[in-house]
Amino acid sequence: MESKLRAILPDAELLKMYEQMVLAREFEESCAEQYTKGHITGFLHLYSGQEAVAVGATAALHRDDYILSAYREHAQAIVRGAEPRRVMAELFGKATGLCKGKGGSMHLFSPELSFMGGYAIVGGQFPIAVGLAFAATYRKEDRIAACFFGDGAVNQGTFHESLNWARLWELPVLFVCENNFYGIGTSVARASALSDIHRRTCGYDIPSVRVDGMDVVAVHEAVKRGAEWVREQSRPYLIEAMTYRFRGHSMADPGKYRSLAEVELWKARDPIPNFAKRLVEEGIATEAQLSGIRQQALVTVADAVAFAEESPWPEDDEVYRDIYV
Amino acid sequence: MPEMTYRDALNLALKEEMRRDPSVVIWGEDVALYEGSFKVTRGLLAEFGEERVKDTPISENTIVGVAAGAAMGGLRPVAELMTVNFALLAMDQIINHVTKIRYMFGGQVTLPLVIRAPGGGGSQLAAQHSQSLETYFMHAPGMYVAVPATAADAKGLLKSAIRDDNPVMFLEHELLYNSKGEVPDDPEFVIPLGRADVKRAGKDVTIVAYSRMTILALQAAEELEKEGISCEVVDLRTLTPLDEETFVESAKRTGRAVVVEECWRSAGLGGHLAAIIAEECFDRLLAPVRRVSGLDVPMPYSRKLERLCIPQVEGIAAAVRETLSGKY
Ligand SMILES: Cc1ncc(C[n+]2csc(CCOP(=O)(O)OP(=O)(O)O)c2C)c(N)n1
Ligand SMILES: [Mg+2]
Repeated sequence: MESKLRAILPDAELLKMYEQMVLAREFEESCAEQYTKGHITGFLHLYSGQEAVAVGATAALHRDDYILSAYREHAQAIVRGAEPRRVMAELFGKATGLCKGKGGSMHLFSPELSFMGGYAIVGGQFPIAVGLAFAATYRKEDRIAACFFGDGAVNQGTFHESLNWARLWELPVLFVCENNFYGIGTSVARASALSDIHRRTCGYDIPSVRVDGMDVVAVHEAVKRGAEWVREQSRPYLIEAMTYRFRGHSMADPGKYRSLAEVELWKARDPIPNFAKRLVEEGIATEAQLSGIRQQALVTVADAVAFAEESPWPEDDEVYRDIYV
Repeated sequence: MPEMTYRDALNLALKEEMRRDPSVVIWGEDVALYEGSFKVTRGLLAEFGEERVKDTPISENTIVGVAAGAAMGGLRPVAELMTVNFALLAMDQIINHVTKIRYMFGGQVTLPLVIRAPGGGGSQLAAQHSQSLETYFMHAPGMYVAVPATAADAKGLLKSAIRDDNPVMFLEHELLYNSKGEVPDDPEFVIPLGRADVKRAGKDVTIVAYSRMTILALQAAEELEKEGISCEVVDLRTLTPLDEETFVESAKRTGRAVVVEECWRSAGLGGHLAAIIAEECFDRLLAPVRRVSGLDVPMPYSRKLERLCIPQVEGIAAAVRETLSGKY
């Protein structure tokens, strides 16, 4: 059989995306366990189910492109290249964490990776992404800003202000909406007058597209096209990726607002096993290879947990550091 | 030293810093083509062009957020909020983002941005356009707050603010824009953030003030001089960092202190300053610390009523006399 996937991307890149999705999933599952054990505290929002979005999108962006996200961003950071060890240590609140234990789960950040942060005020990252895109344009740097956000964020003023601004100043911002159908327990239909989020850009003369967010290759292609357009035109573009979170909004959410049938329907569309099936069917990988990838992810995650556990707590005087330069 | 207005001193500071550093960019509502609603940005578009001097939509939260992002991306934006009252629409970006980003990201990024905002009462602009919100900004760690009273301080502090790697909220007083003073024309003249200035030396009472209240305090001191009362006037110049040392030392020396704030008294700046003086100078104080404050009311429009709401020279003088009266 002719491989459709291979026509789109080389084997190595396809396998890399598979590997990243599996690592992201295993990382999140491990977070849930560590939360139950009391090692991770505070808010914990897991990404399980949405992996195809972060993985497909990141693979389609340039290494220097800025990435910003909300508080459900562990996978975004890891896929961009953050060490799982240092992300886990951050979640544990340890000194070796990505942000010295000061940000926690919702505030991962790594300027070397152009990963410009996880933000926990819904919609807070929009203007910051626009500002980064302005700085890049002003400094004549070849980079765009990719701004990830949820379906709930599109009813914030900053969404509309930032779309208008990015178009007005002609700035290279790729807006990526991860529409997982809910903002906590409120469905899109109960929060947005127009449920087709991608259509909301027409008031700002910004092109947009909707894509299957459970299909890593589809996301990759959409983001590649979108990012190319943004780069060439120096103008904003919006992608709405239809996805689903398999777990509750956070660890505190029992998820009573959605039916088991609905969750099962989406779990049948799990981006990981479905992609695995295609990889095997199209002869890109064997079952054994894929299970090896999963074993490796488990090892990486176990190592991250051990690292976080063994890491020291921050010194008390850290509390006053980093407020001012 | 040339004499110029507070407005022109600010304008000169902006021009000098833009000439000095191409990463300084300016934006805000009506700052470019219209040259600013208070004309502080006059001539900037002509000299520096559309790339660096930019009009924005009326989107205050985004004006600040875009500046924060641009600062993270290597620029030194100076964002103007048309008046400080509109900063309330930007409080999410100012308080939840600008003051938090460096800390919550473990010190991995700097935010060298300045947010300029004119404010204060006294122009009969009524309740929504007359506020003194300085404590709102000094309440949150993570940002400096500058409150210049004179033309020279306006220039020197703004230049420091632009060069500083921390975010600075730069609060200008609308009634001071036309005030004149001598201003050094040396482009390297700067005033460090966090250093109060003894604007008048004295021995009987310390008056602690900032922004326009400093000017009123100096006038009160002049009046009181005629009665044989010697006042020391400490101008804070920045509220964060707060130069406690200077006013605490002064209060210890004089044994009496009056603090003047244009903002509301409730949870105000005066209470904070008075607490510091009480804690640090208790055994040296000869009288309770007095507060002269803005009245705890929304600002009324009528000239007759508005005057009651803002500290006046007579009120400051009366408070000073009271601390000397022996009757508390
Ligand atoms: C300004 C603001 N309002 C409310 C909240 C509380 N809150 C946290 S997440 C969330 C839902 C956001 O949903 P969405 O944007 O769809 O993202 P998702 O959680 O689905 O990834 C809400 C209301 C917040 N953090 N910030
Ligand atoms: Mg959602």
